[in-house]
Amino acid sequence: MEFADEAPKLLMLLYGLVAFVVVVGGLLLLLDAVPNYFARRREQRLIAASTAKGGPGGDGPAPAARPRRGEGLFAAFFLFPAIALLLIGLVVPAVRTTLLSFMDGGSVNWVGLRNYGWMFSQPEILDVLANTLMWVVLVPLLATSMGLLYAVLVDKARFEAIAKSLIFMPMAISFVGAGIIWKFVYAYRSEEQEQIGLLNQIAVSLGGEPKQWLLNSPLNTLLLIAVMVWIQAGFAMVVLSAAIKAIPAEIVEAARLDGVNAWQMFRRVTLPSIRPALIVVVVTISIATLKVFDIVRTMTNGNFNTSVIANEMYNQAFRFGQVGQGSALAVFLFVLVIPIVIYQIRNLRQQREG
Amino acid sequence: MTTTTPAPPVAKGGADRPKTAAGRVRRRLNTRVASLVSIVIAVLWTLPTFGLFVSSFRPEQEIKTTGWWTFFTDPQVTLENYQDVLFGRSSSAGQLASYFVNSVVITLPSVLFPLAFAALAAYALAWIKFRGRDWVYIGIFALQIVPLQMALVPLLSFFSQGVSVGGVQIMPAWNLDDEQRFIQVWFAHTCFALPLAVFLLHNFISQLPGDLMEAARVDGATHPKIFRTIVLPLITPALAAFGIFQFLWVWNDLLVALIFAGGGNEAAPLTVRLAELAGTRGNEWQRLTAGAFVSIIVPLIVFLSLQRYFVRGLLAGSVKG
Amino acid sequence: MAVFTRPRQALVIASVLGIALSAAACSGDDSSGTNADSPECAAYEPYKGHDGTEVTVYASIRDAEADLLEQSWAEFQDCTGIEINYEGSGEFEAQLPVRVDGGNPPDIALIPQPGLIKRFADAGKLKPTSADTKAMAEKNYPAEWLKYGTVNGQFYGAPFGSNVKSFVWYSPKTFQEKGYTVPTTWQELIALSDKVVADGQKPWCVGIESGEGTGWPATDWIEDIMLRENAPEVYDQWVDHGIPFSDPRIAAAFERAGSILKNPAYVNAGYGDVKSISTTSFQEAGLPIVDGKCTLHRQASFYANQWPQGTRVAEDGDVFAFYFPPVDPSRGKPVLGGGEFAAAFADRPEVQAFQTYLASSEHANARAKLGNWVSANKGVDLNNVANPIDKLSVQILQDTNAVFRFDGSDLMPAAVGAGTFWKGMIDWINGKDTASTLTFVEQSWPQ
Repeated sequence: MEFADEAPKLLMLLYGLVAFVVVVGGLLLLLDAVPNYFARRREQRLIAASTAKGGPGGDGPAPAARPRRGEGLFAAFFLFPAIALLLIGLVVPAVRTTLLSFMDGGSVNWVGLRNYGWMFSQPEILDVLANTLMWVVLVPLLATSMGLLYAVLVDKARFEAIAKSLIFMPMAISFVGAGIIWKFVYAYRSEEQEQIGLLNQIAVSLGGEPKQWLLNSPLNTLLLIAVMVWIQAGFAMVVLSAAIKAIPAEIVEAARLDGVNAWQMFRRVTLPSIRPALIVVVVTISIATLKVFDIVRTMTNGNFNTSVIANEMYNQAFRFGQVGQGSALAVFLFVLVIPIVIYQIRNLRQQREG
Repeated sequence: MTTTTPAPPVAKGGADRPKTAAGRVRRRLNTRVASLVSIVIAVLWTLPTFGLFVSSFRPEQEIKTTGWWTFFTDPQVTLENYQDVLFGRSSSAGQLASYFVNSVVITLPSVLFPLAFAALAAYALAWIKFRGRDWVYIGIFALQIVPLQMALVPLLSFFSQGVSVGGVQIMPAWNLDDEQRFIQVWFAHTCFALPLAVFLLHNFISQLPGDLMEAARVDGATHPKIFRTIVLPLITPALAAFGIFQFLWVWNDLLVALIFAGGGNEAAPLTVRLAELAGTRGNEWQRLTAGAFVSIIVPLIVFLSLQRYFVRGLLAGSVKG
Repeated sequence: MAVFTRPRQALVIASVLGIALSAAACSGDDSSGTNADSPECAAYEPYKGHDGTEVTVYASIRDAEADLLEQSWAEFQDCTGIEINYEGSGEFEAQLPVRVDGGNPPDIALIPQPGLIKRFADAGKLKPTSADTKAMAEKNYPAEWLKYGTVNGQFYGAPFGSNVKSFVWYSPKTFQEKGYTVPTTWQELIALSDKVVADGQKPWCVGIESGEGTGWPATDWIEDIMLRENAPEVYDQWVDHGIPFSDPRIAAAFERAGSILKNPAYVNAGYGDVKSISTTSFQEAGLPIVDGKCTLHRQASFYANQWPQGTRVAEDGDVFAFYFPPVDPSRGKPVLGGGEFAAAFADRPEVQAFQTYLASSEHANARAKLGNWVSANKGVDLNNVANPIDKLSVQILQDTNAVFRFDGSDLMPAAVGAGTFWKGMIDWINGKDTASTLTFVEQSWPQ
């Protein structure tokens, strides 16, 4: 293995970066050229209109709507790359998955709603749904409050940067890596042996018996949830900490002069000020939690009644060759996100109006 | 939320303004408890990783039979685990550098493209008025839930078979080989990153002071001009912030790489190599521990060195006009 | 083993990492010089004529074993000029369908599950082998093996590597010390277990944790006992769902397995109670044998790779394995095993040439010489098999009197064979009764 072997890769990287500059730069350049063209055309049209009878053309909308059409074109250009990629990469798959969910395991025959019937009639799939619910309620709640608490506590502390890095560190670890780390924490050895798992060592040194933590439901699901909280708290902490720092100093000062205590300060000043950031954090973590897959797969593979939808979907569609059932689970995942979407719509409305 | 003062978003200088005497005393009292609690949390959060770190230097037999904390009473250190992971037993031994290069080649464009495309889209969704923009935004937001796993097959067939509608080929297959496979990986990562990127950046961009935009528009600036001269400088830190997250995800990704980069050292990243090293039938702690650390090290360095921009980015973004 | 006890390890570590990241210029690579006319290449005459082509191979075999595999066909590459591009993945079973459905399959896949071959063949994705490959496979493999590569009368995959699962690992050293003898019947096996109990120890160590494959080692127990209590035809019916999973004969096999696996006096030596079976990794499970904490461990021939370095695997060594004894002597000597099949997704001539080569005894011997390999290939020369356990396995596989059957869970539809059967075993170990476990699996069988 010599540099010669690496050269083509670096060349590819160079191509990639050149492509980036060309595409993005080109797009912006184009967008500068287009309005000029439009400005000229509008002028021409105005002239044409005034020389003719003077009424607006067949385009219908009154002159006030005219800039709007130009705007739409701009938006189209701004949005084009993202929309095109999303169509290819996500919309087509989503539609395909939905169609597959009405077909059998080999994706050959249409079976109507059978896969959905299967989903809600298998007791173990119902357990999966219940577990998913537990995850999506607990993880955003715990991770966000943990992150918020820590962000408030270390705010303006002496070793703030280091303290924050410690909590953020799990974010830098892959989900699989995190699974390994925690499997090690929960590891079990029989009583006669020395414990290698931290949790059992603590249990033993407190006079208890070593336990097989991942075996008993629902405790095992809670222990898996702890891993996700461990990872996501860093994200929450960083975002919220930045939001806290962005609270204008005058407000804090004013409140302090009013003689509020720390709790009141938190309730009345901090919390309302960071609300937008809080929403972003909760929404992002909720969606990440709905899709959680690697943690469960690495640590229990969904055994001992710990499975969640994403994991079951993967097993059904890829390992068992039951593409229809796997797709039905995926579609159910889409459905679960609807409440979040509705909330987001309301939010957006408020924002646009206020 | 409550302020309407168009405070300049880069008001970071005054983070540590002098306080009133009363405030200072109250702070002192609170800090005791605060630091205690925060230390407890920090320890709780660090201990698992620390245990793994210590373990990665212990001999195989020790890892399997005793807890990592015994290390402090009976220190035995070996570099064999790292040697195994880094240089391996197999013919690809010593090729880790090659996989490392792959990871870098994969990561850079996979961070840049989604950032740029998402920023453009987020700007359009926030500040250009056009019909149905809320629905476009909500649509993109909702796409976050599409599981990656379900998107792999259609995207792979897009590359390997092109697009054909009713038997008519409207786009040819890509037929990418060896290092050209990077293109597939970039493409896939860009697609999958967009929904979240648009969501987060939209959140920042839409909170920029509206007066700024209005003023520019009154001056006759076009959207591209506003984007380039006003928005871009203001959201650069936010871009850096999302860039770090995207970097972490791409760097740690295994699934996308397995499908689109293959397993060879022409294009596969570190994660693929490390997964392979976990052993054919192996649940071998000694390699897993060392392997985990090799993969952690770069993201950690990146985060620690870019943390400043990151915080500043979120800071700028959350200032509401 | 490099053990450092000096300080400044951090420096050493840092430099190791540094080297790893910068050490790029080391090994040379001189595969370009093909010497197609050298005398060694005469044997490859039938495969020639495809110089400059490439064949991609995908399998679950990784790391050191993948290296041996690549070495085994190095000469083929040199002589024929066909470049073999091998890729091994731990995610093989899940990734292969993705690649196939995505229109980007490998040329050849080494598939360990006949059930998966059937799935791809039914979907029209696999290409039937060439007549040459078929003839080569028929020459070298017993008919019962060929059956597993055949779907609807079409031959899709020639057998490749194999393993024998009907083994119980033990320590010859401990046996000698304590005066135990190798059991040859089920009664003797139970008598031995009771003797160990009387000596104050638990006799068996079992572990079925295996990441996403957790549960499979327990299914091997059931399969092995099914073959020992029933005629092979009953086994076949069970696997094909000719008889329901809740059939009394299967229940009987569960009960017999349970008499060891769920017997708190017998298990789980070195690990704790019965429930610890489901959280003990199968790789670690047998290791207490080395320390004398465990006496018996039922596991396939490939467990030979799991022993710690320095453990001598031999009939008079630290560890060895005996044949899992028969229950009903009138059933003969049933053997449970597994293995891979080389199936092709492309029918280009170079792919077919390589597929034929993989079925040949030349390749089987070339691979066997490198060590750590077993195959049912009749052409394997026992002298090429160095490892005693591999030798024993090859002997068993070549024994024409033995009744061979393939791992049942690999033959069943994946939803059962890699799904509910595994899951059912885990729940069963953890206390679920036999009847409801069987009903659970039966109900999950895809229509």
